[in-house]
Order: sequence, then structure tokens, then C-alpha cells
Amino acid sequence: MSDHAPRPRLARDLYVTQLRIRRFEETVARLFAQGRLPGFVHLSIGQEAVAAGACAALRDDDVITSTHRGHGHCIAKGGHLGRMMAELFGGRDGYCAGLGGSMHIADLERGILGANGIVGAGIPIATGAAYAFQAQGTGRVALAFFGDGAVNEGAFHEGLNLAALWHLPVVYVCEDNGYAELTATDLHTAGPGVAARAVAYGMHAEEVDGTDALAVHDAVARAVECCRAKEGPALVVAHAPRWHGHFEGDPQRYRPMGELEEARRRDPVGRLGHRLLAEGWADESWLTSVTAEVEAEIAAAVAFAERSLPLELEAMLHLAGAEASW
Amino acid sequence: MVTELRYWQAVNRALAEEMERDPRVVLVGEDVGTPGGAFGATRGLRERFGPDRVRDTPISELGIVGLGVGAALAGLRPVVEVMFNDFLTLALDQLANQAAKLRFMTGGRARVPLVVRTLVGAGKGTGPQHGQSLEAWLGHVPGLLVAMPATPADAYHLLRAAIRCDDPVVVLESLRQWNLRGQIADEEPLEVGRAAVRRPGADLTLVSVGGALPRAERACELAAGEGIDVELIDLRWLWPLDWACVESSLRKTGRLVVVHDAVGFLGPGAELAARAAERVALAAPVVRVAPPRTPVPFAPSLEERYFPGAERIVAACRKVMGRSDG
Ligand SMILES: Cc1ncc(C[n+]2csc(CCOP(=O)(O)OP(=O)(O)O)c2C)c(N)n1
Ligand SMILES: [Mg+2]
Repeated sequence: MSDHAPRPRLARDLYVTQLRIRRFEETVARLFAQGRLPGFVHLSIGQEAVAAGACAALRDDDVITSTHRGHGHCIAKGGHLGRMMAELFGGRDGYCAGLGGSMHIADLERGILGANGIVGAGIPIATGAAYAFQAQGTGRVALAFFGDGAVNEGAFHEGLNLAALWHLPVVYVCEDNGYAELTATDLHTAGPGVAARAVAYGMHAEEVDGTDALAVHDAVARAVECCRAKEGPALVVAHAPRWHGHFEGDPQRYRPMGELEEARRRDPVGRLGHRLLAEGWADESWLTSVTAEVEAEIAAAVAFAERSLPLELEAMLHLAGAEASW
Repeated sequence: MVTELRYWQAVNRALAEEMERDPRVVLVGEDVGTPGGAFGATRGLRERFGPDRVRDTPISELGIVGLGVGAALAGLRPVVEVMFNDFLTLALDQLANQAAKLRFMTGGRARVPLVVRTLVGAGKGTGPQHGQSLEAWLGHVPGLLVAMPATPADAYHLLRAAIRCDDPVVVLESLRQWNLRGQIADEEPLEVGRAAVRRPGADLTLVSVGGALPRAERACELAAGEGIDVELIDLRWLWPLDWACVESSLRKTGRLVVVHDAVGFLGPGAELAARAAERVALAAPVVRVAPPRTPVPFAPSLEERYFPGAERIVAACRKVMGRSDG
């Protein structure tokens, strides 16, 4: 990924990443509605700029921890779409051999230490990876994604305090989409906001429009810079509304009139597309061709996933090192 | 070479040797650094290995176990100290949902070489929140290994084996045994999941779990005086469970008594009794010697009766032998 990519190239890269997330998740939504995907699916449509911008500010050897709403993070950090999709189908060629599902996708080679089914759990884990990087003296950075709901978990406070105390190279990225499940932020979080909590722990903190991928990139790049200069940790709060329900199938009766329409007006993908054209960083034919490429890639991912059979129970037991009986 | 050490010194020596051998081994925990451990187990290690590898932490059990998970994923071999096993309750998400499941959840790709050292305070007047024996909780979580060293030699060997293991191990050390002296031979094999026959015998099999061992040994002597020849097995690991060792003893004796400091209901003895009933034609019903299903009482006279003593174990032996005074 880009260290100091020139602006136009960075913007084009961010656009492609966002589009890959958008199309991947739209496809997941459709497959889910068709009853072809088991379990829970949480989509990040509307929040793509956070994943894309943040991961573009990292090096390939940096690591992330992710959340239950993690497809975007994984794609932005270089995850393989076919193996992700196969995991959603429960196939043996999925990232977790079909044993984890959407909420546990991990790819250690690409620095994806795992999505997580437990709110806030990635925070101490990223903090621990940052401790390892500090002890190893490698200059690597860890980044934890988490939602606005996670900041009321003990894991958030314990992780931030530790990281600040030890000056660990970890960037905390809070994705504020206004809700924790079905409960609006003002009903679950006291005080002046997450950034103020980070400041209270003595770390650099910024707020950013989470529908503007370039702005997210810049804010996270500053935070990463802090960490590489041994002045970490740092926190970035990115505000971006989600378009879909908390989970697929959520009728969203709790959302006030007009909120979703307003959210769609802040479309991070469309916005960056307009900007590319307006700045002359890309033209219509480029947009058309990358769209076709992304769509072909997603179709291939689905085809790959559809061909992937689930593991046999015996293979699962073998993999877990378990006895066939207990 | 054979050395005589106290139990806690054996822990200290194991840590020092493993840190010397493998630079990836680090220690984190409350009081482990400058103070040298709440009970002295890490004395001198910060001076010897430096503050990057031996760190005092805030009182954040969830945070530090999570730190260990992340550090393990990023290439270290962390040994996290949680003062008492009662305090694992605060860290259970990272232990049971993260450390224990990552290998499985990633289809076998991620390994978490984490050791959590923690004390069982039973029998030292520690009361309801410092005196529990929670090994059954831990043993019930697939993915966790559970070691219970009962002698100074095992405090040394089991910890070294745990540190070299690529999966998460909880080592439940025994405060009762903390100052006990014992001989430690260097050349013992480092095996995970191997029980030890402490005394051969022909009449019945007595399985002792963790810190109950000295009382079980005393009971063997008393029983011998009554003409009962007890085979004593020190389980050493709750998981992996060395059932083969127990079963081969039972095939000889046909009689089973189990003793432990965990509450009897759903305790380790329940699993052993069930297996014995399922797999061996016993000559007599199994007898478990364990505390009642109440919290640990503080008053010394109550605590004395709450935890199994040698007399109760001998009574169980008589009962399983069909002696009327059992
Ligand atoms: C420890 C824990 N508590 C509760 C849940 C159930 N849960 C799943 S997602 C969620 C809301 C999380 O909100 P937020 O962190 O804002 O993330 P978002 O869903 O908005 O992306 C909750 C409560 C959980 N998975 N883990
Ligand atoms: Mg939220």
C-alpha cells in the first residue's frame, strides 16, 4: 500500500478499495436475502471510506484487528475476496475453513489478526501486537477498528490505558455510525465523546468525516506517523452512518424519518467518484473500466465460494486436535 | 543434576531459564517487574532481562490477557501473571473467546502460544474470592490447556512445557505448596498432558488434582496402616487429560477415589467418575472427595473441614473397599 502516494493515485486507489467493499457487501446482502448464507451478517455499506482510508495509511507489515462488521477492513488490508466469500458460505476454502464465519475472518500473512464476535475484544489484542512490535523494535504499527459501542467496554479503557502508559505503536480507529446495535449513541455514551476519552489518557486524538476517504487517510496517516515516531498511541474517531440494518434482516424501525436518506446523500463511494472527475484525477472511462473489473472479481469470488464444500466433521476434529469422542 | 528448591523458586527458575533460552518469552502482570511478583515468583527477572521483557501492568486483567493474545499472534511467547485464579473471571473473554478459539476459528492458521500463570489460594485462609479452584471452568473450554503442578519439580517442568507449547496454557499454581521444598532434576522430559503415578498400589486408584496431593499422600500412608494398598495418581494436567494412565490403573484396581479442592458438583471428579463408569467394569461405586457446593469459607475451622483432608480421603478409601467404617 501507499507510503506517500501522490494524491491522484491515492484517490484512485481509495476509490477502487471502496468500490470493492461496496460491491462485495451488496452481493453478500443479495445472497443473504436469497437465504444462501447462514448465520449473522453485519454490513458496513456507507462506512467504506473508514476501512479504505485507514488501511491505505498502513504498511503491508502493519496489522489490524477488526470487528463483527469487518468485511471492509479485511478487503482494505488486502484480504482475498474468494476466500472471504467462501468463509461466508461455510466452505473449506474459506479463510477459516468454514469454522469461523463472517465474524472471524483472519489472514495473518496480510496482517489481519481477526474480525471479532465480541465487541471491543480486538482492542487489547491490537495493543498486545503493538507491545510485541515495540519489544522487537521493528517500527511496525497495529491498528484496532471498533465501533462507537465498544468504548463502553472495559477492554477499551484497559487497552488505551496500557498503550498510553507504555507509548505503544497502536492506532485506535473508532467508527462512529451512530448506533450500537439498535441503540443510538446518545443513549449509551456519556460525556463529550470518544476523542475526549483518548485525550484523558494522554494520547493524540482526531475526529474526521468518515465518509471522506482522503480525510480518513490523512488523519490515520498522522496517527501512524505519531506511532512510528515513538509518540503513540493515537486515536481517530471517524463518523459515518451505516445504510443497512445492524444485521441483515433488521427492519430499522428505530431510525428517525429522513436519516437514511441523509446518509445516502453522504455516499462515500459516489463522493470520491465525483471528486476524481472534478479534480481531473480520473475520467469516465476509467470509472467504467474499474467498475467492470471489480464486478468480475466479485463474480469470480462467488463462483469460487459456491464450489467450496464444507469440511467433514472428522477433518474438523483433526484440525482442532480433538478426540472423536470426548 | 538435582537441585533442591522451594515451589516458588522453581517457578522463578523455569521463567529465568526459558527467557534465557528464547528471547521471545516475555513476562507481564501486576507486580511482576520491580516488586518481583506479589509472592516473589518473578524476583530478579526484570533486573536480569530488562523492562521490555518484564513489565509491571495496571490492574487490568482483561487488558493484560488480551495483550498476551495479541503479542502471541505477533510473534512473542508471553507469560501473563494473573495473581489469583479468582481474578480470571475478569479476563474470561480474552481467555475463553479469544485465546482458546483463535486456532479453531482460523481453520488452524493462527496459533496462540500464551501462558497464563495464576494462583489457587485454597487452604490459606484466603476466603471466598481468593480461595477458589476454577480448573473445571477452564477445562470446559475447548482450546485451553490446563496444568496443575503440585510439587516444586512440576512447578518447574510443567511451566517450561507450557511455555514451549504453541497453544494457550493456564498454569494453576498452588499457594498451599508455595514454600514447599523439593528435588528438581534437570533431565525430565517436557511433556504436556502426562499424569504421574506417585505411589504404586494394588487395591484402589486415588486420583489427586493439583494442590490436594500432599493430603492424598498422607492418606495413602494412613490407609497402608489399615492394610489398604493405594495407587496414587497425580493428574498434573486437567487438559490434555491423561486418561490412559487412569484407565490402566483402574483395570488393575477396579476402584476409584478422586480428590480435589474444586467444588464437587461438576468438578474434575465428575468427569473422571463418568469416564470410569463408561469405560471400565468397576468393582465398587466411585467416591469423590471434594468441597460442598458453597463459596470457600474464611474461618480456619470451617476452611479446614471444607477442603478435603487426609482423614476424609482415607474414609473414602475404606468406603470404596467396602469397609463398614467408610
Ligand atoms: C461483548 C458483547 N456484547 C454484546 C454483543 C452484541 N452486539 C453485537 S454488535 C453490538 C453493537 C456494537 O456497536 P458498535 O460497537 O457501535 O458497532 P456497530 O455494530 O455499530 O458497527 C452488540 C451490542 C457482542 N457481540 N459482544
Ligand atoms: Mg456503532
